[in-house]
This record gives sequence, structure tokens and C-alpha cells, in this order.
Amino acid sequence: MPKSAKSSAAPATTPSAAVTPGAATTPGAASPAAAPVTAAPLTAAPVRLAVRKTYKLYIGGKFPRSESGRTFVVDGDNVALASRKDARDAVLAARAAQSKWAGATAYNRGQVLYRIAEMIEARRAEFVALGVPDAEVDATIDRWVWYAGWSDKIAQVTGGANPVAGPYLNISAPEPTGVVGIVAPASLLGLVSVIAPAIVTGNTVVVLADAPQIAITLAEVLATSDVPGGVVNLLTGRHPETAPWLASHDDVNALDLTGVTDPELAVEWERAAAGTLKRVIRPSGATDFTADPGLRPMTALLETKTVWHPKGY
Amino acid sequence: MFEYAPAPESRSVVEIASSYGLFIDGSFDGGKDGNVFKTVDPATEEVLAEVAAAGPEDVDRAVAAARRAFTTWSALPGSERAKYLFRIARIIQERSRELAVLESLDNGKPIRESRDVDLPLVAAHFFYYAGWADKLRYAGFGPDPRPLGVAAQVIPWNFPLLMLAWKIAPALATGNTVVLKPAETTPLSALFFADVCRQAELPAGVVNIVTGAGDTGAYLVRHPDVAKVAFTGSTEVGREIARSVAGTGKRLTLELGGKAANIVFDDAPIDQAVEGIVNGIFFNQGHVCCAGSRLLVQESVLDQVLESLKRRMATLRVGDPLDKNTDIGAINSAAQLARITELSEIGVQEGAERWSPECSLPDRGFWFAPTIFTGVTQAHRIAREEIFGPVLSVLTFRTPDEAVAKANNTPYGLSAGIWTEKGSRILAVADKLRAGVVWANTFNKFDPASPFGGYKESGYGREGGRHGLEAYLA
Repeated sequence: MPKSAKSSAAPATTPSAAVTPGAATTPGAASPAAAPVTAAPLTAAPVRLAVRKTYKLYIGGKFPRSESGRTFVVDGDNVALASRKDARDAVLAARAAQSKWAGATAYNRGQVLYRIAEMIEARRAEFVALGVPDAEVDATIDRWVWYAGWSDKIAQVTGGANPVAGPYLNISAPEPTGVVGIVAPASLLGLVSVIAPAIVTGNTVVVLADAPQIAITLAEVLATSDVPGGVVNLLTGRHPETAPWLASHDDVNALDLTGVTDPELAVEWERAAAGTLKRVIRPSGATDFTADPGLRPMTALLETKTVWHPKGY
Repeated sequence: MFEYAPAPESRSVVEIASSYGLFIDGSFDGGKDGNVFKTVDPATEEVLAEVAAAGPEDVDRAVAAARRAFTTWSALPGSERAKYLFRIARIIQERSRELAVLESLDNGKPIRESRDVDLPLVAAHFFYYAGWADKLRYAGFGPDPRPLGVAAQVIPWNFPLLMLAWKIAPALATGNTVVLKPAETTPLSALFFADVCRQAELPAGVVNIVTGAGDTGAYLVRHPDVAKVAFTGSTEVGREIARSVAGTGKRLTLELGGKAANIVFDDAPIDQAVEGIVNGIFFNQGHVCCAGSRLLVQESVLDQVLESLKRRMATLRVGDPLDKNTDIGAINSAAQLARITELSEIGVQEGAERWSPECSLPDRGFWFAPTIFTGVTQAHRIAREEIFGPVLSVLTFRTPDEAVAKANNTPYGLSAGIWTEKGSRILAVADKLRAGVVWANTFNKFDPASPFGGYKESGYGREGGRHGLEAYLA
């Protein structure tokens, strides 16, 4: 059956009413004279079936279903259940997008992040409808704005000229580490607080998200905010199934385990990440995402490159 | 080529005892179980001294001493810690000839390098971080950065005293205490450093030196009372340490292997580039994690570069590390010589062409002539694996994009070199290289103010500069 048949509006309409000529031409208009005895009384206000959202994955700027064809039910919705292959596809998409995103000007990345804040503001009702408190939506928007401003400042704060003892120009500058695998916290603010510091500096991310409806709604925001496809990839599903593949993936440079709640799994994945010497952000217990994040969420995903050049005539 | 009369540096400036114990809690003692190992002069295979091999109980004692010392050391005003470090820097300067000779004896490196590179950098490193000790709140890590506790530090044999300085100076400046394990083949300068600490009247337990082999280091980094692990060495051991540290909450920095590309464009000043190539791969016998071990030459100047390079290599003097005219000293150990020899043979088997200048090598000791391989492809093991010896693999490229792609085609990412007269090309190529240090029209330059460390599987964290403080602060 089409999804609309399961709509909450369905009980107000019966199949027989739907084939009634009068009702079909003037839906909602009560017409006692023409009403056949078999029809239900049309007394309600105008009704229609809601068009529901299909919650799919977000990979490479597109919204594919899981390649596995699997879904799982979350709060009554069938949500895509990401597979190992989806995780690998997402890494491919993230890698493909990384050099261009890192190569964009810091000013441009800042504008894109600011645009994300604008788009959440516009879609605030959607997040509230998913149960996100108003104050958390506010904080989420403000967090994007905060990070947007960092894009063209972090290099000056964390890098600069080094006064070496010799006739050399010596400059250190931060660079994104590359592709970051993230096991995200469940809340909207938590999710944004791990994505924003990674991408503002030019990393691209593969995010294993909790709270799928919130995460995919955020993905819809990202898709309409000029964030290039592949910069953020969001997978919904069961982390213990997909996270090990991110942790051991040769083409993932860093692993953020902030959202991991099971300490044993965190250790297992940190150990797996050692195989390719990934940078690992360990879970820090109950992070207070309303607090000032400081620089560490950004610097943990930055490399320092130091360039030397002799001075002379 | 000129004949040079021998010009040996006097050995008498350093007095090596016949045996050394462990430096724990401010004094030397033998290991609990009495195990010892010998350290030899790789240039003569002469035994220099017997050194205690620290067992688990010894490491336990060292960590306990460092824990006790941490309470008072971390509570000292930064300005007081700074003065200890300034003292250490000064004592190293005062004893630098003694330490340079010792380093060349135990390591095999030419005295010209230990005297002119290693020791000045060691002193400068302590001097640099001494100045940070009372300025940490201005370093950008928050208003009240705190030390972590006991730092377990494991260092390699290629720059024994310099690596010690890179580890100990920032750790002490930030208020941490240290248990350091020097490499099995080069323990002596660390033990002499213990005497420097004694002369500086550094409080007991702030620095502890435990000598031993890999199992001593493995036990140390796994010790539950250690808050911070810093390791410089091979990528393989680095992986093991990262695995063992997982889930412990210990902070970790790793400075691991490399396979650096040294890229020569067709407009490069060839003579300068050749000096840079030679310095890049033959400095310290190529026992350098950031050595320019892959030479990428633009095809149009390949013949010219090779001709100049070979001519220059023919003037390199291989031999007695204590001779002031020596360019290339001894390979550090029989095991390392075996690895270099094996990989070089594999290079020939895989089809690359091997060349070395004519040079006579001493009969005793561990020696390897400076060697280049031409006709190397990216698939060859000598283009992929770290040889850690005086062996250069030469590859070619046509376009800058190809040079960048080949340079980055490695799991390592520690350093790289660029040789060209075109400024915009330097900047564009430097931007694209995935390496922590990029030397443009120079190579193998180091400075305490300059952050050093790798991308990808060359490790994480930076040593040197303001950046080097971060690994030791909470």
C-alpha cells in the first residue's frame, strides 16, 4: 500500500467515501441530499493525507537508501540501516570532496557555515517538532555562527612565523588532517558540536549519527546550505556494525569517538584506529555541549605544516 | 680529490666508566636483577661500557620516584623550573665537546655533526623551553594549563641526546616529571645527562633514566601510573604503543618513520640542489626519520642532476667518526647494517640500478658506502620502505602535479623538499604536500622554535616551538 494509506488522517476517510462522485468533486463539502446511506458522514473539517518524509542516508550530497536495502524502525519511521558498504561509500565521497573543500578559501568556508546557521533558523520548527527544545535549537544555530567565524582566524591563532636561529623564513600553518570518522552524540547540539569543528578547517566527515530523524533533517539543512556534496556524510544505523570499519579504514585520517557511550567499544575502536595511526578523539564522558568548546575540537583535527626557506640575495 | 691527513678529535675529553647503573630518584644503582648489556662503538666494535638492563621492578621504582617528585616539581613556580632548565642548558654548553665525542663514540656519527649540529641544538632546546616555563598561560592553551604527571619517554638511537632534549625539555618546563628510556645501542649520553642533572641540582626523581631493550620500553609505556607517553622510533613500534595506550586515557605523541620526497624541478640551481640532496640523505648516515630518501627529479634535468650528484658523492669521506674531516660515519649497529644491506639487495633484485662511489671502508665496525638507486619505480620496496641508511632512491616526474602525486604516494608524511627558483611554485607545491615539515631550497634544518612532526603514519603531535607544549599540558 502507498504510505498515505497509513496516514493519521486515514480514519476520517473511508474507501467508499473516496469513490463517491459527489465527495470526489467537492471534497470536504457536506452534501446531505446526495449522501448515500452507505457513506460515512463527512462532518470533519477539510482533511488530507500528510506526505511523510522518507529518512534515508546522506552520502556525497545525495540521499540514497542503504545499499543493503535494510531499514529499522525509529519512533514509527522506517529509517535506513547503514551497512559496511555504505560506510565505505561515504569515505570515498568524503575523500573525493576533501581537497576541494580544504582548498576553498577560509572566507568561503566561513560563509557556507554561516549559511547553515541561517537554514536551521528557517527550519527551526522542524527540529522543534522532532522534540529538540527551543533553547537547544538556539544554541545549535549559535554554535554554527561561532565556528563560521573561526574559519579565517584559526590559522593565525595556531600558526605563524617561528623565530629560528638562522637566515630562514620559517612558517607554521594548520592544515586539515583529511577525512574524519565521527561517532556522534545523540543530541542536535552534540551532533553539530562534532561536525562543525571538523569541517570548518577543511576536513570532510563521515558521521555515524544517533537520533536519525534529527540527523537527517540536519542533512537536509546541509544539502540546502551550499555545503559541497561529500563534505558531510551522515549514516544512520547501528554504530557497532559500522564504526569498526571506519576505525580501521586506511583512508580515514582521524576518528572522533565523542558520541560513544560504551567504554569497551570505545577502547576496541581506538585500538583498531592504531593500525593506521589515526588521530583519535576519545569519549570524554558526559560532555557539556552548552559550554564554550575552546580550540581543542578544532586543533585535534589539524596538522601543523612548517615550511622553511632560506633568506638571501 | 685531496688527500687529507687524519684529524681525529681527542677521545680523552670524555671518560667512560666500565659500567653504568640506572638513574632513579637522583642516584645511580644497578638493576634489581643484575642484568646488563654492552654498548659498543660501531666504528670499531669495541665495547664502551656495560649498562644495566632495567626490569619491571626497576621501572616501577623509576615511575614511583617520578610520581613522588611530581608533587613538588609541578608546584614550583614556573620561574624556578625555568632556572633549572637554564642551568641544564648552560652545563650542556660547557660540556658540549665531551658530550659530542661521547655521542660520536656510542652512535658512530661524525664528530663534525655531533659537535656542530646535535650539541648546539640540544643546548638551544633546553634554553628555548626554559623560557616557556613561566609563560605557559600565554601559550594559547587556556588561562591555567596544568601538567599531566609522569611522562614515559622512549627515544631512538639516531640522535640520542637531541631526542632526549626534545622529550625532556618541554616535559620539565610544563611541570611534568620524566622516566626516559634511551635506545639500547646508544645509552651513554642519556646517562651522562643524568650527571648534568646532578650538577644542576635538579630535584631527585624529576628525571629518571632507565636503560634497556624494547621490553623495558614496552613495560614503561604500559605502566598504569604514567600519564603521558612520548615515543620516537619506528612506525611498527608506534602502532604497538598506540594499541597498548588505547582506553587508558594516557596522552600520546608519536614521531615515527618517513620516506620523504626531495623534489628537484628543472629550474632549480643544480649545485645547491645537489648539496641539499647529499645533506638530505647522507646526513647522519641517513639515520634520519625525515631523510630525503626519495629523490624526485624532473625528467629534463635528470642526467645533469645525476652527473653532479655522483661527482659530489665521490668526494664524501667515509670513516672514523672522530675524524673532523669525516662526512659519513659508522652505521649504528650490526642489525641496522643488515637491514640496509638487505633492502639494497632487494633494490637490485627488483630491477633498480645501484651505484656507489669508489670508497674504501674500514675493516672493523659497521659501514655502508653512500649509495643511489636509479630507475626506481613507485612499486619498488626501496621507494616505499624506510631504509634508514645512506641509500637514495631516484625517481622522475614530468609535471608538478605528477611530482606532488608521487611525493604523497606513501603512508608516511613527515617531511619533504622542494628545489626550484620559482616562488609561486614553491608555495603551491608546499601547500599540496602532505608532510609536517617542508624544506624549500634547503633540507634537514632544525630549530627549537620550529614545530616538527608528521602527517599520516609518521605519527601525531608536534615537538618544538609553542606547539610542542601542547602534548604536556592538560
